[in-house]
Amino acid sequence: MTSDPGTSAPQPAAAGGPMIAIEAVSKWYGEVRVLSGCSTAVTRGEVVVVCGPSGSGKSTLLKCVNALEPFQEGQITVDGTRVRDRATNLPRLRARVGMVFQHFELFPHLSVIDNLTLAPRKVLGRSREAAVRRGLDLLARVGLSAHAQKHPGQLSGGQQQRVAIARALAMDPVVMLFDEPTSALDPEMVGEVLDVMVELARDGMTMMVVTHEMGFARKVADRVVFMDRGEIVEDVPKDTFFDRPRSERAQQFLSKILAH
Amino acid sequence: MFGHFDLSVIVDALPYLFAEGMVFTLTLTALAASGGIVLGTGLALLRLSGVPGLTHAAKFYVELMRALPLVLVIFWFYFLVPYLGAWAIGAATPIQVGAFASALVTFTLFEAAYFSEIVRAGIQSIPKGQSAAARALGMSYAQTMRLVVLPQAFRNMLPLLLTQTIVLFQDTSLVYVLSLTDFLGAASKVAQRDGRLVEMYLFAALVYFAVCFAASLLVRRLQARTAIVR
Repeated sequence: MTSDPGTSAPQPAAAGGPMIAIEAVSKWYGEVRVLSGCSTAVTRGEVVVVCGPSGSGKSTLLKCVNALEPFQEGQITVDGTRVRDRATNLPRLRARVGMVFQHFELFPHLSVIDNLTLAPRKVLGRSREAAVRRGLDLLARVGLSAHAQKHPGQLSGGQQQRVAIARALAMDPVVMLFDEPTSALDPEMVGEVLDVMVELARDGMTMMVVTHEMGFARKVADRVVFMDRGEIVEDVPKDTFFDRPRSERAQQFLSKILAH
Repeated sequence: MFGHFDLSVIVDALPYLFAEGMVFTLTLTALAASGGIVLGTGLALLRLSGVPGLTHAAKFYVELMRALPLVLVIFWFYFLVPYLGAWAIGAATPIQVGAFASALVTFTLFEAAYFSEIVRAGIQSIPKGQSAAARALGMSYAQTMRLVVLPQAFRNMLPLLLTQTIVLFQDTSLVYVLSLTDFLGAASKVAQRDGRLVEMYLFAALVYFAVCFAASLLVRRLQARTAIVR
């Protein structure tokens, strides 16, 4: 971890408009409304933690940002590109938005290094040499240089998730989305993944993180978005959320999750 | 009748049986299986495309082929394709389609229906998160399929594809209805020429058994080797 975080923040939060602007987004599965008029924004260099009880729509909202989930109302704009727009080239948009999944979703038929180089080569058109060089750098960054030639099945859950983070970073994304990155991990492996995420946050990466890890939120989040039943109930600076949550629902959630 | 069992009949016929008959059988099997897998993969992708028109068309094709006896399809193509071809290119007389070409087209189209069901199941066996991860990395639908989903799906279904190919290998003997000489046809010709039905049909059965048994052993070995560690 960086000993002096003050020197490693290349992107000031004020550079340009918000990286992600979510405006009045609503989504239905048939008759069931899963998102109701959600609005928030993530500015450049900001780390926003999205939390809430299960089924509150936080993962769904995250997947709307890179259009893995369609939504019927509202608009999301990522670095100036409108997600819900017929003219938008979604693959091109997604190539700039890194995503880390709950269940890692590494490609099991490929070696670790091939997992890291596949999309840079096939989507960004990088040469194999350039992609491998960058991939090895990233593996070193997540502390897995020794495992480049292994297959994902040979790694522990924590190692797999670190590879998944490196795979997303290999595309040089402008923003990273994390969908409950530690909730499928054995407890003893949560720390190694969070360490990588903390370092990433301190390096200035713009991040939107769905997680129950309140320790992580306390450490690196700038803001906390609290969701319940498809609505954004609170959208406040981290300290406000932990010290003076306004809504009763957030208070209940916090008392449950911090009780043990 | 076994008292007069004459091995020399078989030995004398070996060059003909294998150089003519078996080569034909293996060629037809290999070509029809390759074509059937390619076409079957296309059908499976249409079936899973989520576009109602395409899904239904592919489903109808598969159901139709699987509802018809193979011999009927062989006849149907042999007699109809010349007229369909003539109609398609606007010729006055039926176009000439050789028996082999006709058989190859028939087996390819017929087997594609069966292969497509195997491929469809193979694609569906890959967790949805895999294609979500591929798309999240900016891959197009085609890249997602070609680079992520199909390579895993084919590994999973390789044993089934080979098993279906073994069935195809046996089914090619039906080409006798088009007067083509496959391995069984060749054995049959020798049997009737020399009046040695017992020897030749026993030998043919033995060869079919040996080939299929060896192939299924291979399938089992492949199954163990290609399994993906998850």
